[in-house]
Amino acid sequence: MAPARDRPRNPIVVTGMGIVTSLGIGKTDNWRKLTSGHSGIRRISRFSTAGLRTTIAGTVDFVPIEPFTSAGLAEQLAALAAEEAITEAAIGAIGDFPGPLFIAVAPVETEWSHREAVSVESRSNGDVSYDSLLREVAKGDYIAIHERCMFASVAENIAVRFGTKGSPVSLSTACASGASAIQLGVEAIRRGETDVALCAGADGSVNAESLIRFSLLSALSMSNEFPEAAAKPFSKNRDGFVMAEGAGALVLESLEHAKARGARILGVIEGLGEMADSFHRTRSSPDGKPIIGCIRNALADAGLDPIDIDYVNPHGTGTPENDKMECLGLTAVFGSRVKSIPVSSNKSMIGHTLSAAGVIEAVVSLLTIQHQRLPPTINYQIPDPIIALDVVPNVARDAKVSHVLSNSFGFGGQNVSLVLGPEPK
Amino acid sequence: MSDASREIWITGLGIVSCLGEGPQVHWQRLNEPVPTPELQGFAPYIVHRLAPIEFDKQIPKKGDQRQMELWQRIGTYAAGLALESAGAKGSAGLLARMDMIVAAGGGERDEALDVKILSNLPTSDDKQPFINESLMGGLRPTLFLAQLSNLLAGNISIVHGVTGSSRTFMGEETSGIEAVRIASARIAAGQSDIALVGGALNGDRKDTLLLYEFGKRLLKQPFAPVWERKPRGGGLILGSLGAFLVLESREHAQARNAKPMARLACIVSDRCIRQAGDTAKSLARLWQRIENKSVRQTLGIISGATGCEPATSEERDWLRTLGDVPVRATGTYVGHGMEPQFVMNIALATLALQHGQLFAPGDNSGVESVDKRPITQVAVTGVGHWRGEGIALVEAAQ
Repeated sequence: MAPARDRPRNPIVVTGMGIVTSLGIGKTDNWRKLTSGHSGIRRISRFSTAGLRTTIAGTVDFVPIEPFTSAGLAEQLAALAAEEAITEAAIGAIGDFPGPLFIAVAPVETEWSHREAVSVESRSNGDVSYDSLLREVAKGDYIAIHERCMFASVAENIAVRFGTKGSPVSLSTACASGASAIQLGVEAIRRGETDVALCAGADGSVNAESLIRFSLLSALSMSNEFPEAAAKPFSKNRDGFVMAEGAGALVLESLEHAKARGARILGVIEGLGEMADSFHRTRSSPDGKPIIGCIRNALADAGLDPIDIDYVNPHGTGTPENDKMECLGLTAVFGSRVKSIPVSSNKSMIGHTLSAAGVIEAVVSLLTIQHQRLPPTINYQIPDPIIALDVVPNVARDAKVSHVLSNSFGFGGQNVSLVLGPEPK
Repeated sequence: MSDASREIWITGLGIVSCLGEGPQVHWQRLNEPVPTPELQGFAPYIVHRLAPIEFDKQIPKKGDQRQMELWQRIGTYAAGLALESAGAKGSAGLLARMDMIVAAGGGERDEALDVKILSNLPTSDDKQPFINESLMGGLRPTLFLAQLSNLLAGNISIVHGVTGSSRTFMGEETSGIEAVRIASARIAAGQSDIALVGGALNGDRKDTLLLYEFGKRLLKQPFAPVWERKPRGGGLILGSLGAFLVLESREHAQARNAKPMARLACIVSDRCIRQAGDTAKSLARLWQRIENKSVRQTLGIISGATGCEPATSEERDWLRTLGDVPVRATGTYVGHGMEPQFVMNIALATLALQHGQLFAPGDNSGVESVDKRPITQVAVTGVGHWRGEGIALVEAAQ
């Protein structure tokens, strides 16, 4: 190990991007739908939602997984996004990606289908207990469940499939996970540890227990009647986020490496910022200091001032708490100019893709720069007077965009901000 | 480290396990040495159960303790010990700049609710509605926060005030290896000055036993030391433990008059698919990258061998190629802590270096033997039960 000194001013560029959301597979389809105000939120059909408070989600039903597991879906979505990103970057040989993998994934668990399969076998001996499950498992062949349920499994399988180098890093910083994956990739390249990194985030968590867990924390929208209208970031009638599935992937490179191989540069990760919050497990510090500090750290890392930011791709979940606190943070950083900076939430259309959101929104941010067009915040019908932002209501519009701030915040006091920009002149 | 990079000091450590808490107790118990596996309640399995801990000492608010399940309490407690030993506890300014990487799995399930649902699960098409209603009515709302992997880090931020950055790595043993590798690489490169790194496992959980028994990874009774499990097909024994280190650049430590407990000289990691012989080859390749920094005459090995086969036998094959170097496997005494095991072993290597020798051997298979030679370096191995290999080279401070 011989890391060079940190090189914060050596730009880290993006040469490949991939995306899968409830809107579809790939950048072309997603961008078209995001800029035409489509919603990917629908009634859940994968399993019975009887008895649930929330029965809608941004599920990815068009990628078949048999037998279905959340980790299995996340892996397949990650593979689709990585394939698109690596193909675009035209880097390495097939199955031989020349750098490490940093991948944000949801915590993996044994699923009800697994427990049930064992339970059925064990029930002949009387009541079910964890002891009886263990006795049954000791007898049968369940190696496939073990390997599927290892926390390392998604990263391991993606690493094998794409031939990434070294030990892959699986990470979770809750809803900031995707942005954390990008941070880790950027830092590794800045250290000189690698010239290239694959940073991805994937989530396939729409299952009954996950929905129930978020429901019990009162985090989810219950606007079940009109699924497409349920995600209402920044609106006065916002009532929670909508769970969604998806994946994003970026191929990151040092500028010199990308130039040396003649790669097409899609954008730059200009700055990273982070600051954890010690106030509460699910709520932000009421003074907003960690959010403010996080955004300022990202700007400082990018060597930019607030005046340089043209557009914000916010965390914008549509929970009463997040949107209020994010507005407070943005107002503190941007001052009175905050009202004239467009801030639109992709989550109004694709829902909240949790572990994947940070990478997906980085991809959309770079597409926003590339097309010089702002995707809207849809379902914005009732403005919230305490959130005086230009949310690009309901309809996309053209704009001059050079530098984008992308925020990701999560349970457990996680705050990460990225600054993304165009190819350096 | 290359000349261009900064020296990394270990300036704090916090450890809890079945042996007790803190460096003195661990050193004493590792030298007695009598394994203390818990055989009751888990038969035919075995667990190294956590020694009694007064959580109030590091987590003073009962409200905070109630918000955590045991794995988080273990970790938050161990993190507090590490901060205390680094002289950082309560130093708001320092904690606000301190980076954090936690290696974590998932939290405890509500086993009673699982069993109740499984026992009454209808055989008809109404299964999913029954599960839905049972979970909606039966799950404690805040249990989710005790299950999320990143909420150990979240609790450390809340209880101890570490807020410079907060990252949680997952992936069983590899998460602990990568946590130390990346935290130290950031410090070496000047991206970070000081970092809290570690994790926790509660092995006292049948839902976790089930997860590893799906892969037939657990040793069944009777107990056997790590290196003596091969004739029985191998297997690991989960150990409840928490381990955190404070890593710091030399410059940063000196500026605040912090003393080094040991130096982290080097850490390398990789993965392989693990066809027969691949694990040994992977370790050999990793060792090639650090061998030139090692001093063979005063080197010791602290192994994170799980007892699972064939990984443990292949690690032994590789160890033999090193020649006459004393070896100790900690799994025999503290059990296998999965995510934090590598961090625990770096902490125990630090203790050994402070004492100038390894602790007592705990094996009759010939891998470990009485050896009181002075040591100045310890190579810490981490070989995942399924995937991932890592080696850290830890050096005496003086």
